[in-house]
Amino acid sequence: MKQLKKNTPLERLWNGIIKENPTFILMLGMCPTLAVTTGAINGLGMGLSTAAVLIMSNMVISLLRKVIPGGVRMPAYIVIVASFVTIIEMLLHAFVTSVYDSLGIFIPLIVVNCIILGRAEAYASKNKVIPSIFDGLGMGLGFTVALTLIGMVREFLGAGTLFGIQVIPDVIPPITIFILAPGAFFVLACLTALQNKLNAPSATNRPEGEASMACGGNCAKCAGSCGAGNHQAVISDVTARKEAEAQAAKAAAAEKKAAADRAKALQAEKAAQAAEKAVGGDNHD
Amino acid sequence: MTDFTVILLTLVSTVFINNVVLSQFMGLCPFLGVSKQIKTAAGMGAAVIFVITVASALTSAIYRGILLPLELTYLNTIVFIAVIAALVQFAEMFLKKFSPPLYTALGVYLPLITTNCAVLGAALTNVQKDYSFGMSVLSGFGTAAGFAVAIIIMAGIREKMAHAPIPKAFRGMPITLLTAGLMAIAFMGFGSIA
Repeated sequence: MKQLKKNTPLERLWNGIIKENPTFILMLGMCPTLAVTTGAINGLGMGLSTAAVLIMSNMVISLLRKVIPGGVRMPAYIVIVASFVTIIEMLLHAFVTSVYDSLGIFIPLIVVNCIILGRAEAYASKNKVIPSIFDGLGMGLGFTVALTLIGMVREFLGAGTLFGIQVIPDVIPPITIFILAPGAFFVLACLTALQNKLNAPSATNRPEGEASMACGGNCAKCAGSCGAGNHQAVISDVTARKEAEAQAAKAAAAEKKAAADRAKALQAEKAAQAAEKAVGGDNHD
Repeated sequence: MTDFTVILLTLVSTVFINNVVLSQFMGLCPFLGVSKQIKTAAGMGAAVIFVITVASALTSAIYRGILLPLELTYLNTIVFIAVIAALVQFAEMFLKKFSPPLYTALGVYLPLITTNCAVLGAALTNVQKDYSFGMSVLSGFGTAAGFAVAIIIMAGIREKMAHAPIPKAFRGMPITLLTAGLMAIAFMGFGSIA
């Protein structure tokens, strides 16, 4: 793969679908990933709905990036995202009722999907409109592909069908647990274990830090931990702690150096004394 | 049914049978991310109980008092998320000012909760099921208690698991997800109570 020029539409698509796939690589938006992938169709529906919201919110946020003041950007982003989610919810209700029914509460919950606020903060708020739209498209398609694949695996194992079409004959009973709640955890556990084994790039096999997921727990780093001001507070807390640690380390190092210096001086003195003695001895002879 | 039975049934159903994490898949990020130690898990659980209970009461009041009479129910999502974000901010300021010990105990976790989908999820479920104000608060509290139970159990298991000889590829996230899956199976057993 030759190096693509940064921020071109094609590079953004490649980045979203392969290089920084939100599900497989970044491990973002776990709740919908586990909840709605009982079948390939549900996964596809959820992925496309999220993609649509992501494209539109990225576009509007990028257009408004010079208008929205920094202090209230998070609430502003949330309101923009929530508006688009409401639009999508109404459209699904009107035109694809079956998908609307099976996704249920997870459609309005797109608002709190880390991917959307994350892209708004990390990309759309800093870049021009066209790349932002393609960034949303790439990330959205990456999410769609991942959800559809996980949905296909679970549907195949758990119901013996693919996209609702039977592929395993009735004589072989399906492993129903895979379309129930525990199956979601098991499939994802195997996937992440495989990534660890193959040393594939993934948020799960970075060195153990404060969190082992791009999203989980490490909310201080996540743009999604909004509430505007307190996000800053958390970050400043963390930096303050790190600085204190660095300072302590520096002080310890300085002390060590001073101690070493003292020891050296002492040694030099002793050596000098010994030399003097030796010289004195010579004189006596 | 007497009032007491209703209350008991609602609590059992929201805490165990329809556990918010293990069967509804809401609030997974903190469940997987902040469950390394029982102490922090308990702090997160307490903060979530506080926020979800108050948020359920507020959103239910707004829904019944403003949105429903004015036929603005399509604004649910926007209004609720704005209310929750504001609530978390206020809760943090309030605790900082009036209850410093509580703030030191819960303060760190509060900012992490705004985008915890369990909060918005609980508020929306109350509306979908058309719960009265009292029922909303009760079911909100039950949902949050279910989250606290799940995250504390998970933290207990992970503390023990830290010393276990786990295959290299399964260390970290994979074994945590497997554990969550086994817990989900265990919680499915509660389904037969209802």
